[in-house]
Amino acid sequence: MSDRIHLAVALDGAGWHPAAWRERTARPAELTSPAYWRALARTADDAGLLLATIEDALSLGGRSFEQDAETRRDLVRGRLDAVLVASFLAPVTRRIGLVPTATTTHPEPFHLATGLQTLDHVSRGRGGVRLVAGSTAQERANFGRRADGPTGLPASGRVEDDPALLAAFREAGEVADVIRRLADSWEDDAIVRDLASGKFLDRDRVHNVDFEGEFFSITGASIVPRSPQGQPLVTALAHQSVPYRFAAEHADLVFVTPADAAAVHGIRSELAEAADAARTLDEPLRVFADLLVLVEETPAAAAAVWNRLQERAPLTTDARVVVGTADDVVDEIRALADAGVDGVRLRPARLPADLEAIADRVIPRAASAGILLPDDGAPTLRERVGLPRLASRYARQEVGA
Amino acid sequence: MTRRRIHLAAHFPGVNNTTVWTDPAAGSQIDFSSFEHFARTAERGFFDYLFLAEGLRLREHRGQLHDLDVAGRPNTLAILTALAAVTEHIGLVGTLNTTFNEPYELARQLGTLDLLSGGRAGWNAVTSSDAFHGANFRRGGYLDHADRYVRASEFAELSKALWSSWRDDAIVADAETGAFLRDDAIARVRHETRLFDVDAVFDVPRSPQGRPVIVQAGDSPDGRDFATAHADVIFSLHTAFDDAQQFYRDVKGRLAAHGRDEDSLKILPAATFVLGDTEAEAREHSREIALAQVRPQTAITYLEQIWNRDLSGYDADGPLPDVEPDTGVETAQGFAGRHAAIRARVGQLRAQATAENLSIRELVIRLTANHTFVGTPEHVASEIDRYVQERATDGFTVVGHVTPHGLDEFTEKVVPLLQERGSYRRSYDEGATLHDLLGLPPVVAGAPDTPGPHDTATAAAR
Ligand SMILES: Cc1cc2nc3c(=O)[nH]c(=O)nc-3n(C[C@H](O)[C@H](O)[C@H](O)COP(=O)(O)O)c2cc1C
Repeated sequence: MSDRIHLAVALDGAGWHPAAWRERTARPAELTSPAYWRALARTADDAGLLLATIEDALSLGGRSFEQDAETRRDLVRGRLDAVLVASFLAPVTRRIGLVPTATTTHPEPFHLATGLQTLDHVSRGRGGVRLVAGSTAQERANFGRRADGPTGLPASGRVEDDPALLAAFREAGEVADVIRRLADSWEDDAIVRDLASGKFLDRDRVHNVDFEGEFFSITGASIVPRSPQGQPLVTALAHQSVPYRFAAEHADLVFVTPADAAAVHGIRSELAEAADAARTLDEPLRVFADLLVLVEETPAAAAAVWNRLQERAPLTTDARVVVGTADDVVDEIRALADAGVDGVRLRPARLPADLEAIADRVIPRAASAGILLPDDGAPTLRERVGLPRLASRYARQEVGA
Repeated sequence: MTRRRIHLAAHFPGVNNTTVWTDPAAGSQIDFSSFEHFARTAERGFFDYLFLAEGLRLREHRGQLHDLDVAGRPNTLAILTALAAVTEHIGLVGTLNTTFNEPYELARQLGTLDLLSGGRAGWNAVTSSDAFHGANFRRGGYLDHADRYVRASEFAELSKALWSSWRDDAIVADAETGAFLRDDAIARVRHETRLFDVDAVFDVPRSPQGRPVIVQAGDSPDGRDFATAHADVIFSLHTAFDDAQQFYRDVKGRLAAHGRDEDSLKILPAATFVLGDTEAEAREHSREIALAQVRPQTAITYLEQIWNRDLSGYDADGPLPDVEPDTGVETAQGFAGRHAAIRARVGQLRAQATAENLSIRELVIRLTANHTFVGTPEHVASEIDRYVQERATDGFTVVGHVTPHGLDEFTEKVVPLLQERGSYRRSYDEGATLHDLLGLPPVVAGAPDTPGPHDTATAAAR
């Protein structure tokens, strides 16, 4: 019998297949409309999924290093800021965690941190973030304040062979650090509203972060009082050693891409080794495996759709792909659960079609097969994934002093 | 003769002493339910837009966090986007700094708010920058005072170019041919100057109103120039009738030079209000509120910011301090620059206090808790109407003194009277966008709406 696990979903445009927008079920003219995002989020929320990630990038071509990324006109183009999409979805959903993607190279870390704290306030404790390191040349040109940066993966394919990529990961680490420090900068009970003394604030319970890094410094406390979760759920996607180390050091949860269930063990041990070396957080890193799914009623129908999509624009992907019925997807989820992941993040090949199939067929079957953790009613996303609400680090310091 | 339309904005109280947190009815200034209540009230009152101020560092006083007033607020863009989900008509305007943001990112965030709200976004572009605020940013406190409006102007130009770089009909999404975008869907935006080096392809489609409404809130000549070149609305502090009329004439008179007509720029000064069933009751209520807004400690702290000295030994109910202000290093931080001007007025303040026989607290009440409109709902409605009909303003940015219910009474009592006068809307019938509500000219589609460095590098020479 497998350990029970969580299911998450990854939302992006018309789905993860580049030709998905050409399917009859797609809504390609509405991908940046409020109605589209509201409908996706409500479907995912009603289905009982633990969290939804929302993709983002800071250029038209996404995070592609390809030369023609900005000029291609046959792929979905145009997107919305993911932190703001998540904020918009917060009041119209009830339980689901909202985990936008944020790039760590360009945005001001202070703005990003206060945006995430606010997401946590407006969602009443369901906010998270997926941090992405590095930048493309077009992102740098869009911002225009940094000329140097990575130009793509080095020939070896390994991050550690490119100093610019390594620097990007160090910078991402600083961003993760200040997101947590700023979230901690107001202790839970900093607002006292004391009529007798006339003080709104207990200034001893609000702390400047005084962060001095290699890439930036931040002096003050956050402008946002402490949010329901204390800290947003910090996540990352990782495929190889340097990103594994980044996740082990800084994340609460990591999305990984095992080629099959057998590959989970190796990834888990590499993550555990990296955590032994660098992790400062008390809680163990949660590991979710990614699966890209296309679901139809019969294997033949699924294969037909897949072939049509591949003919139009072939998908190249980092994640394992499952093309088949809901039962096929459930089998894969069970295999990953048996292999020891804490959760599975499903990437729908087509939106909204495959999300609807996940909600209507995959989840009920996985639940009745006893693979899924039921919603235990825990009030926040952190608590739902089994992480306690942390006290502010500054409060802890005082106890020791 | 048709009556001029009144425009109203609803200011969610921020971190100053306007907000009476000691009021038993005062709620959270940070819970989403407070913002939701406020937004729904404003929408019930047919306000044009909801307005948020911004402060990017917690205020400090003599090297310590200022602890007397409400402190802490949400991230402006994130809270407005959440409010877009629970409102239908009202505009959503946030104050966002041009010094500590980058145009590409802010334009895509405002573009996101504009799309998710169906064309209801607005941006109050402020420039305030000093090393104190800069210490929270990658940029640091690098920008000279003289360059603030240069950067702000270029920031606005660049943002407008980005917002208009997508054709309205850019997305064809033709499943048959496989064309998602038409060929000439997006123009590349280049802007190369001393302050920027941007070569951008924007990634957010055009919104229903073309671009967010732009608001301006500075008062210097540079600020007025920026407003007449770029803004759709001015959030002014000119509320005394004659002064307001003069400001109105001055600013509207500058528009022709930019090829703009008078209606293309609205002036909405900040206004506080206190209502009562009788004039006397309202005045009494105003007095109570002022005393709650300016507690003795608040008054002393206020003067300490001007004097830049420890004045804790002085009695708030006694005369002004007999010591001279310390003109050394500034210690009151995070107050958005208003106090430099006031410090120069220490002599004036002394003269005023002596002439009118004012204590410290009474003087500070005059300076910070002088409510704009005090009286019966009829009186307040007729005053607001008079300002608009006689071209002293185009309306007001209304600030209540209690969070989040401070707008309820205004909406219930004053709004119906404005409607009866025929100078205020009874429904959001002007259209779906904030541009429509404000009666602003539409933004021309698919082309830069101001002359700017759109797709050219010529602006570099200016
Ligand atoms: C009515 C009003 C409201 C303002 N609100 C803010 C604000 O919320 N945040 C901020 O940083 N600056 C704010 N400012 C500061 C202005 O943006 C500007 O930086 C400052 O007034 C100096 O510009 P000036 O020399 O043109 O007056 C405000 C100014 C005025 C007049």
